[in-house]
Amino acid sequence: MPGPRMATGAKPKSIRKTLLRIGGYVVGQKMKFVLVVLFVLISALANVAGTYFIRPLLNDCIVPMIGKPVTAESLQPFVRMIALMAGIYAVGVLATIAYSQIMVRVSNGTLNAVRNDLFNKMQDLPIRYFDTRTHGELMSRFTSDVDTLREAITMGVTQLMSSALTVAGTFIMMLFLSPLLTLLIVGMLVIMTRILKTIGGRSAGNYKKQQKAIGMANGYIEEMIEGQKVVKVFCHEDKVRDEFQELNESLRQSATDANFYANVVMPIMGNLTYVNYAMTAAAGAALVIGGRMDIGSIASFLQYTRTFSQPITQISQQLNVVLAALAGAERIFEVIDAEPEGDDGCVTLVNAVRNEDGSLTETEHRTGTWAWKYPHSNGTITYTQLNGDVRFNDVTFGYDEKKTVLHDVTLYAKPGQKIAFVGSTGAGKTTITNLINRFYEVNDGEILYDGINVKKIRKDDLRRSLAMVLQDTHLFTGTVRENIRYGKLDATDEEVIAAAKLANADYFIRHLPQGYDTMLTGDGSNLSQGQRQLLAIARAAVDNPPVLILDEATSSIDTRTEALIEKGMDKLMYGRTVFVIAHRLSTVRNANAIMVLENGEIIERGSHDDLIRDRGKYYQLYTGQFELS
Amino acid sequence: MFRQLTPYMRKYWWAMVIAPATIIIEVLVEIRIPILMAGIVDQGIPGKDIGYVMKTGAVMVLMALLSLVLGTVSSRFASIAGMGFGSEIRRGLFNKVQEYSFSNIDKFGTASLVTRLTTDVSNVQMAFMMVVRMIVRAPVMLVSATVMAYYINSSLVTVFLAAIPFLAVMLAIIAVTAFPRFQAMLKKYDVMNGSVQENLISIRVVKAFVRSGYEKEKFKNANDRLMKASVRAEKILQFNMPIMQLTMYACIVAIMWYGGGMIMAGSMKTGELISFISYVTQILMQLMMLSMIFVSVVMSRASAGRIAEVLSEKPDIADSGSGKDPAVKDGSVRFEDVSFRYQQSSEDNILSHINLEIHSGETIGIIGSTGSAKSTLVQLIPRLYDVTGGRVLVSGKDVRDYRIHDLRDAVSMVLQKNVLFSGTIRDNLKWGSEDASDEEVEQACRAAQAHDFVMSFPDGYDTYLGQGGVNVSGGQKQRLCIARALLKKPKILILDDSTSAVDTATEAKIREALRLNHRDITTIIIAQRITSVCDADRIIVMNEGEINAVGTHEELMQSNEIYREVYDSQQKGVAD
Repeated sequence: MPGPRMATGAKPKSIRKTLLRIGGYVVGQKMKFVLVVLFVLISALANVAGTYFIRPLLNDCIVPMIGKPVTAESLQPFVRMIALMAGIYAVGVLATIAYSQIMVRVSNGTLNAVRNDLFNKMQDLPIRYFDTRTHGELMSRFTSDVDTLREAITMGVTQLMSSALTVAGTFIMMLFLSPLLTLLIVGMLVIMTRILKTIGGRSAGNYKKQQKAIGMANGYIEEMIEGQKVVKVFCHEDKVRDEFQELNESLRQSATDANFYANVVMPIMGNLTYVNYAMTAAAGAALVIGGRMDIGSIASFLQYTRTFSQPITQISQQLNVVLAALAGAERIFEVIDAEPEGDDGCVTLVNAVRNEDGSLTETEHRTGTWAWKYPHSNGTITYTQLNGDVRFNDVTFGYDEKKTVLHDVTLYAKPGQKIAFVGSTGAGKTTITNLINRFYEVNDGEILYDGINVKKIRKDDLRRSLAMVLQDTHLFTGTVRENIRYGKLDATDEEVIAAAKLANADYFIRHLPQGYDTMLTGDGSNLSQGQRQLLAIARAAVDNPPVLILDEATSSIDTRTEALIEKGMDKLMYGRTVFVIAHRLSTVRNANAIMVLENGEIIERGSHDDLIRDRGKYYQLYTGQFELS
Repeated sequence: MFRQLTPYMRKYWWAMVIAPATIIIEVLVEIRIPILMAGIVDQGIPGKDIGYVMKTGAVMVLMALLSLVLGTVSSRFASIAGMGFGSEIRRGLFNKVQEYSFSNIDKFGTASLVTRLTTDVSNVQMAFMMVVRMIVRAPVMLVSATVMAYYINSSLVTVFLAAIPFLAVMLAIIAVTAFPRFQAMLKKYDVMNGSVQENLISIRVVKAFVRSGYEKEKFKNANDRLMKASVRAEKILQFNMPIMQLTMYACIVAIMWYGGGMIMAGSMKTGELISFISYVTQILMQLMMLSMIFVSVVMSRASAGRIAEVLSEKPDIADSGSGKDPAVKDGSVRFEDVSFRYQQSSEDNILSHINLEIHSGETIGIIGSTGSAKSTLVQLIPRLYDVTGGRVLVSGKDVRDYRIHDLRDAVSMVLQKNVLFSGTIRDNLKWGSEDASDEEVEQACRAAQAHDFVMSFPDGYDTYLGQGGVNVSGGQKQRLCIARALLKKPKILILDDSTSAVDTATEAKIREALRLNHRDITTIIIAQRITSVCDADRIIVMNEGEINAVGTHEELMQSNEIYREVYDSQQKGVAD
């Protein structure tokens, strides 16, 4: 059985709030929205008024003329009336064109704004947020949730307005034509809404069941197709087929019910309208015979009975879509409302030149020398050169309150030193590097960067001074050149090539079909793992930062390939402070200091030779007596 | 491409027939209502015949109710047909994928297959249901309303006989113009989604390089392009409504004009005129419906095409074995001049001219760098791929002559990218052998060094694993996968880099257990670590799709440069 899965389209929690908020986006495009409202109004009025003209036409122009000689003069009121009617209708059509055309822009503008807000917000969310959610989950905010919202906005907004106006206008005209018949219509309307409500209730219940069944079936599809190769190796095809058919069948049943209740609205409402029509015709005829109504009124009224119920049917049919859209919108707003990554740092990174007396002065242009600009509370500003000196003083950290991951970690890395972390998964290696660049904030203790507490440094500037190469390379769709340039957006072609040469990547890049302009797609799937890794290293190199973090940068490469990359790595590391996390111990041997981590504590530290000599945990790890995973 | 989907309508064909059939009756009943109304106005009122009016009114109500019942029935069957069709397609697709070979799966990619089975199926099924409901209704309504109108007044019919072609042509123009624009929009949509996905996957890179501003700008461009394309497509579609209104209003005005004249001249009655207008409204509404169906069918065409692709894909491994001589007798394997490439079209062979003989019960280690085709080589044994040249023999018989089921039962393979499924540990292990007893399960787990950690969980073998086995560590997952493979009691066991996350000491114990309890099993171990293979009977060194050398650890250390290099890179600096 596949695990439970949240089906999309559950009920929205607060309809009012969400509606208002979507309304805010729509109304945000003020002028256009005002125009839409105006034109919808005109269109609806024209529709109501035009139909009304059937009455005076029949009563005043046609019926009195029956059997009389037709002359140009006697026809004049008829012609004028027809012309007026045509004119009103023409205005109505023009208004419809106008509002539908503007509305396309309004709705797409709204969706565009929602998407932009959503994406921009995601960029500002802390890493912590992404830890607790899958990519698929966040992606579905962009796909299914925005999609259902699109449907609701494009159809909903104008339909709602024009329906409401049409219903109101029609109702007034009906009252005007015949209060008695209107009473009959209202009576029928009460019955109709009763029926609608019953169907709506059933429909919602079945819709929920259907969504659950869809979730189960899709979950199963996903799991089995992901594991398809295992299914084949174990010859499990038949069993999987049967299990799926069970889920598929229950989906079919619930979907049949759900769709039945959704579909049945149209014939029921349509034919109830006919019942209305029939009763109006009979009752109206009775009134005419009794001399209390005229033929023209019946004609108009009958046409109105149709325009009256149609919008109600339409709205009721869209109800599920609208509810699903609101639930989707709610999920979108949840992301937009999430707490962004805070930043209260005031220390910034600036270009500097060293004066003859050894002090630093800030400049505009790139000098290759960087300095931390520290504005003190008393108004003075001090400059400290960026060197890459990192110190941890009694750092304690936990991803949540209850569980501490790092206990009292103290360590230092002087500029140009290479520090390595080893230890099993969950020992806290990656956590340490994530604290340096402030993906997370320490709970206790402090981290000093060139003597400045990292909490005081603006995050963007802090991260710009560090470069990271991760185990998963993550290249972007674009050319090789663009991917390297990601490390420094204004890098010249020469700088890009220099970085590639430094990373030993230049050779293979030149042998690609279009060299540096070869397009990479799907996370660089047209390259080998080793080549991707080299590009990631070049990307980090072009930025030329004083501090480098290599988080399992080579662990998915076999040792022989690694030997090829090694030279590039060595060149890259030269003269920088480097933090290395490695699965494979051969990569960390030449570090200035190796920290062995276990359960968030540094249990051993020293050079490779020291640690081997001590015959401790590191020795055990190195000789393969201890599991690293 | 829709033709390929027709077989899936077969199971629920009755619903597909009943739904439109009831609709036809419904329409025929419904269509008579306005003309009855005309009778009320033209006979009941002038004759002041209340009895007639009431009787006719009652008939009209009854007819409307009858039509309501028919409409309900029809909705029910339309739902059955639509959802049944969707369910059959989903089943067809899923079963088809079960027949796929590895290379078929590689060709589509799992993510794409999942989308095709979910989103695409639901698109097609909704369009189909709409067609079942409307495709008969609209034309029947159209024709019968026209007939009724003709019956009322044959000369006035000309008005909408002129209007219909106009409307039809306009709607067709709209649909035809809109389709390519929608396709263009969908492409932009894919681009935008792609960039979001890329961004989410790489969020750490984005943050580490402080590129969120750049990413926002990039997204904004994609988003704006999507908006432009989508406005371009939708604004065409938005002309449906006004054109429809225009035609309807023009018809009403024209009918009032000509009809009014006719009434004045006495050749038409007032009630007839009113019902005539009613028919015109009806007819034009149906045309509108037809255009909506047309649009939705056109929209679902892309999805239907993607489904058809999956269905028409030929599984490239055909099960041609006779099954007469089913058993794989022993665990010997022979490669005879085997060559392989993933695509017929590609020029380079992944494997070329491999000759190799593995004896039953032997333990073989395979070592080589990434891309040296180690995995490819062993995947030919259980026929996960078919050779493109030469042949592979298991137990002295070409693998293509076995029934696939028999072959894979005898060859147990632990894949490099392995998967545990949601369910208990026991459920997962029983994939290897469904009727395995608890003792057998435990025995396999002991051999794979998994028993102890399984027992350390509060629920032991009944511990529930989430999808993908998320609640066990990498090394534990690998050991469970080995246990699962062992339960099959295979003749040949292949471990494709399946102990990479297991520590060397535990790994050694697994090998020891295999050696002691499963002497008769031919074991093939692919590994990165020299320690994983050094005590094998023979070690194969692979390099760029060819066998570079075969020998024992000692022999290779002496004679093979690659092997020595790998050894050095791993052992350098270990204090002795």
